[in-house]
Amino acid sequence: MAGDRAASIDPDALSWYEATARQRVLALTDPGSFREFLPPTERRMSPHLPLFDLPRAFDDGIVVGRARLDGEPVLIAAQEGRFMGGAFGEVHGGKLVGLLRAALALKPKAVLILFDTGGVRLQEANAGETAIAEAMRAIVDVRVAGIPVIGLIGGRAGCYGGGGLIAGTCSRLAVSEGGRISVSGPEVIETNKGAEEFDSRDRALVWRTMGGKHRRLIGGADAFCADTVSAFRKAARDLVGRAPAFDLDTLEAEQARLEARIDRFGDCRDATDVWARLGVNDPESVPAMDTDAFAETVARSPEADHDAR
Amino acid sequence: MTLAEILASLFPQGHAVAVREGLVTGTGPFGDGPMHVVGIDGDTPLGVDGALVLSRAVLNAVRTGDRAPILVAVDSDSQRMSRRDELLGLNECLAHLAKALLLADRSGHPTIGLIYGHTAAGAFIATALATRVLAALPGANPSVMDLPSVARVTKLPLDTLEEMAKSTPVFAPGLDNMVAAGAVHVVLDPDRPLGSQIRAVIDTIEAEDVRDRLGAERGGRLVAHTVAAAVADQARLG
Amino acid sequence: MESLTFRHTTKKPLPGSVPSAITGVVASGNLEILLERVLPPDACEVAIETPIAGYGDVWEAVVADFVARAQPGGLRISINDGGARPDTVSLRLLQGARLMEA
Repeated sequence: MAGDRAASIDPDALSWYEATARQRVLALTDPGSFREFLPPTERRMSPHLPLFDLPRAFDDGIVVGRARLDGEPVLIAAQEGRFMGGAFGEVHGGKLVGLLRAALALKPKAVLILFDTGGVRLQEANAGETAIAEAMRAIVDVRVAGIPVIGLIGGRAGCYGGGGLIAGTCSRLAVSEGGRISVSGPEVIETNKGAEEFDSRDRALVWRTMGGKHRRLIGGADAFCADTVSAFRKAARDLVGRAPAFDLDTLEAEQARLEARIDRFGDCRDATDVWARLGVNDPESVPAMDTDAFAETVARSPEADHDAR
Repeated sequence: MTLAEILASLFPQGHAVAVREGLVTGTGPFGDGPMHVVGIDGDTPLGVDGALVLSRAVLNAVRTGDRAPILVAVDSDSQRMSRRDELLGLNECLAHLAKALLLADRSGHPTIGLIYGHTAAGAFIATALATRVLAALPGANPSVMDLPSVARVTKLPLDTLEEMAKSTPVFAPGLDNMVAAGAVHVVLDPDRPLGSQIRAVIDTIEAEDVRDRLGAERGGRLVAHTVAAAVADQARLG
Repeated sequence: MESLTFRHTTKKPLPGSVPSAITGVVASGNLEILLERVLPPDACEVAIETPIAGYGDVWEAVVADFVARAQPGGLRISINDGGARPDTVSLRLLQGARLMEA
């Protein structure tokens, strides 16, 4: 489908945060290699949104298909964060689950998931929630088959709710400054626990607590990217080559890693306290660091790099 | 049923299952071997600390190599909503617990969820929904979000939502709707011994993830299975 | 939701041979447009789903203007509207036609 042609898209110039899901897919993968499954012409739209008087999207907010990355076959899914906050509805979730199941038969070099989601779509909550559980089981099956599942996170909706749990199931994650990974969103915490627990209007607090830099420093993500498609492409290629196995040893190591994190940082109130304890000289300067300076800081963080995921 | 009643019915000869700060761990005798039990009791929210206590218990069970069943008994709140939990990586800790259960399943331990009270959102996904087969007792109340919260987010009046919930199982909270979606495989009979019912559930465990198929058969999730199958078909045909 | 359909006869087919294209995103103040070359070369149909009722006249005028300018013969155009302003709709329609011509 046209609009599927990337000739006019320069991956070096294209902001991941600003790009649509389709633009990300086309600019990330080898030119001309993307073939979409259930494309918009098939009109697999939500059967539920009309009940709520809400507009539908021809792809239900997720683009899935196959492509090549450096000539190697990959399966790829990309959520559209601007449609319903990229949330998991019935069709949306079914497309991701179907793609992951297909990976077992196709044995691609990797499955790439371009997260951009607020979590479950409340208008189809039970279907979305169950699809998230199905996707997590399918990811484990794919990883056990030796196929890396790589999550890329840098969209405007972030990666929240069940999306955060799916991300935590992936082999590796790449994140940009704009990529927030969390379960409860700022507004959800504030609504339930009050502004003194979490002031959702304090955007600096949101970025510090849930943003890409904090996740990278504590080992919640394996690569930190500048906000361009080419940076994510480079990270994806690198991460595919060093995915951890899914077995008891890996999960024992993750158990130890997460227990150690809570022992070490469990009494910290703010991310800057965590960063100070990680040995960052000037924690207040982290949010303003450019990618190169941040890479040097990450290199000195003992928690950042590991195979325990 | 309360957790104590459930454990008494499952393990009439006694058990070594303890509840500490709402977290359930232990074992009981089941057939010729043990059954491992992990879970959450008393509508307790699941945070980073609790998730790692439960995942430790699951990984210890896998390490024994006994391939004994693991029961995941759940009466929980949602994930614990706090700044500290998110700062410390709640998504990693909840995913880790789910992965531990999925690894156990793959390592020969039948994993059975049993919801008997409330459960919601991230806590539900990380525990009961990460088992191979999910059973429920009448009165269980699983949800993604309660209707007043849905009303706030969708900006629809609560009474409108309550009316819609009667005819639209896909968004409404409650056990019946989760059964219809295929998330809950079976509802147990509290008036019969649970041991034999759980045994029957284990004996009918299927290798595939059947939840989307169940959702289509039961009418609560009509298109997910077809969509997933169509994607897989188009992927195969290239 | 309101459904609107407008059918036009064009003087010529839209050039090019691209079978289908999509542009835009369904979001507040935005819309997505799916274009398919499936109609006779002198026919164009535009079908709209919009959550904002009562603007049929505006849609009719925007579509008629687009058809007159682009002569999109052969196209079935399907729109999922998120509440876009008329100038946004015009822009996206022309973008979509350009994708089909390429």
